[in-house]
Amino acid sequence: MSKLALKVTAVETLSPLVKRFRFESPTGAPLPVFSGGAHITVEMPEGEIVRRNSYSLISDPYDGSGYEIAVRREDRGRGGSRHMHTKVREGDEITVSAPANHFQLDLRARKHVLIAGGIGITPFLSQLKQLGMEQKPFELHYAARSREEAAGLKLLPGAAHIHIHISDEGARMDLGAILDGQPLGTHVYTCGPDGLITAVADQAARLGWPKTSVHSEAFTAPPPGEPFEVVVKSSGKTVTVKADQSLLEALEAAKVEIDYSCRGGACGRCETHVTACDGRILHNDHWLSEAERAEQKTIMPCMSRFKGARLELDL
Amino acid sequence: MTMQFNEESFRGDYTFRNSPAAIRRFPFPFDRDEYMYSVNIEQHPGGPEGSPFEFAFDVDEHYVAEMKDREITLAEDPMRCQSLPHMELAGWDLLELIMVSKARDYPELFKLSRDGNAWHWINKPLGIDKKFTFLDPTTLPCGPLEYITRQAQGDFALLHEREGNLWLDAGMVTSQADWSLDFDVGMNFFEWHAPVPKARKMGVFDKALKFLLAVTQEKSYRRLNWTMTVNPRLDTSPENYHKWGPEKRTITPENVGAKQFLRVELQTFWRLPRSNALAFPIRCYLCNLEDIATQPKWGRRLHRVLRDIDPDLAEYKGFAVNQKVILDYLSQFDDGAETSPGIFPD
Repeated sequence: MSKLALKVTAVETLSPLVKRFRFESPTGAPLPVFSGGAHITVEMPEGEIVRRNSYSLISDPYDGSGYEIAVRREDRGRGGSRHMHTKVREGDEITVSAPANHFQLDLRARKHVLIAGGIGITPFLSQLKQLGMEQKPFELHYAARSREEAAGLKLLPGAAHIHIHISDEGARMDLGAILDGQPLGTHVYTCGPDGLITAVADQAARLGWPKTSVHSEAFTAPPPGEPFEVVVKSSGKTVTVKADQSLLEALEAAKVEIDYSCRGGACGRCETHVTACDGRILHNDHWLSEAERAEQKTIMPCMSRFKGARLELDL
Repeated sequence: MTMQFNEESFRGDYTFRNSPAAIRRFPFPFDRDEYMYSVNIEQHPGGPEGSPFEFAFDVDEHYVAEMKDREITLAEDPMRCQSLPHMELAGWDLLELIMVSKARDYPELFKLSRDGNAWHWINKPLGIDKKFTFLDPTTLPCGPLEYITRQAQGDFALLHEREGNLWLDAGMVTSQADWSLDFDVGMNFFEWHAPVPKARKMGVFDKALKFLLAVTQEKSYRRLNWTMTVNPRLDTSPENYHKWGPEKRTITPENVGAKQFLRVELQTFWRLPRSNALAFPIRCYLCNLEDIATQPKWGRRLHRVLRDIDPDLAEYKGFAVNQKVILDYLSQFDDGAETSPGIFPD
């Protein structure tokens, strides 16, 4: 994965929990343009640990003058977003990956329906710009608990086809009303909490939507947990995963070669075979099926953890 | 250095020829004395100076003649270039990639000036000087994919990613090793590879698809593939099999060295930024047996590879019918000496 050494040129508080960051090339060289829904992986070095979190790009995909992301502070997370909120300042250097996209628009769609819950608004901000340029029909529904928490309000243009649903104000999102009666060939995209993604998928299924027209991206960073150890089969080396570290980060710190992309359990890139498991894998990903989870023969190191006597990975 | 472009044909009188310099830079595909499928992938661009791997899109002495040959094929059969409606953005991505690369790598031949979306493109070898608006198809004489691939050697497939698969939803295909865009367009990765023998069972395609889906922007790759063709014909298509198929029967011990060509595809893989599609350019290089044998290492090695190849592959690559004549000819260059590792000549 190619990396870009950038400079933080703006930090803005959007809501009590959400900050916007802008990164630019220190030489002013244009950055690679990207597609709506793409993300970058941000490196956050702290002492001996390098945390890496992926964040959706929220800026104009065709504007190479800078990249922007919005980060929600997760105080119960393993420290990545807290690092962004408390340590990263204007003028800092920051290393990010080139953009990659696991949540692209299906440009075959006759119409696009975008449904965001909370911070799940982020991938849609770049998609909105792409849809505007492509002049494709769309509608966006953004649900948040309160107006104060709804960081996306500051980033969304006012338009007739952009709908805001604030539950504190009694305006809960009615998925049935949104999905029913959409023209044939409409695709729906959901980003937000698992419950919202499942609810949209269920509603779409009830209405007879083809599965291939229903897209989602779950928005999660790796959860912290109790420390544990894994054994790397090829070298026999034991790697300790700290409480505030993901298994993937611990393997990276131990210089074990492993591929990744989304770092959120959605893309499948870091899927790793388990060669011995005496204990229980705590699956936190959205990639493996229920049957695969039960087998305990594969693990997604970006998200999942382990509790037990011995876990050996085919690395 | 100014590049000289050959006046030559790829059909009829077949006046195609390789200069001594073109022979030495030919992308000989065998790095050892035997062949079986492998996922022989390296990063691209990058390679020895003057090699076809040095730049993103290699331009060589055959450029102008190849573009004329493409024009003839397209005039006879416009379906060689197709783009499903959702692939237009990928076409613009490809146009940008090729124009930017060529202007950077061959400044004496190509020039691109950009002011926002107002672009000015100069292609000196083909005598083109065009101002147009990027992302506005009404400012080009044809779609962006067709426009740029009429100015770039090799075939081009644009692959749309969805449902964890890749779909061949656009392309320009006039120099192909016996496959048809018109037949394959809209197919997914496994469907369009269905005719390849053995590979699916070996798990080659599962691995290859996984690799391709993982290709990201700013990091591109290449691999070499090969087949054999009688006469230096670019358009060995199923549509025109009646024209070139019978030519396989014209090989004799006397003419095999001149008429039998090793056909090498330099395949590259690019993730396109705006569309998130994959571009899959397939560049064809031709070299006949007598020219290959001018490099002693290649003469020895080609003899061993074609002698020991799996019979199914000889059939699939279309030279089983002439295998004996080819081997009899090549054996004179194989003195049994050891060959050095790698593809480059000694």
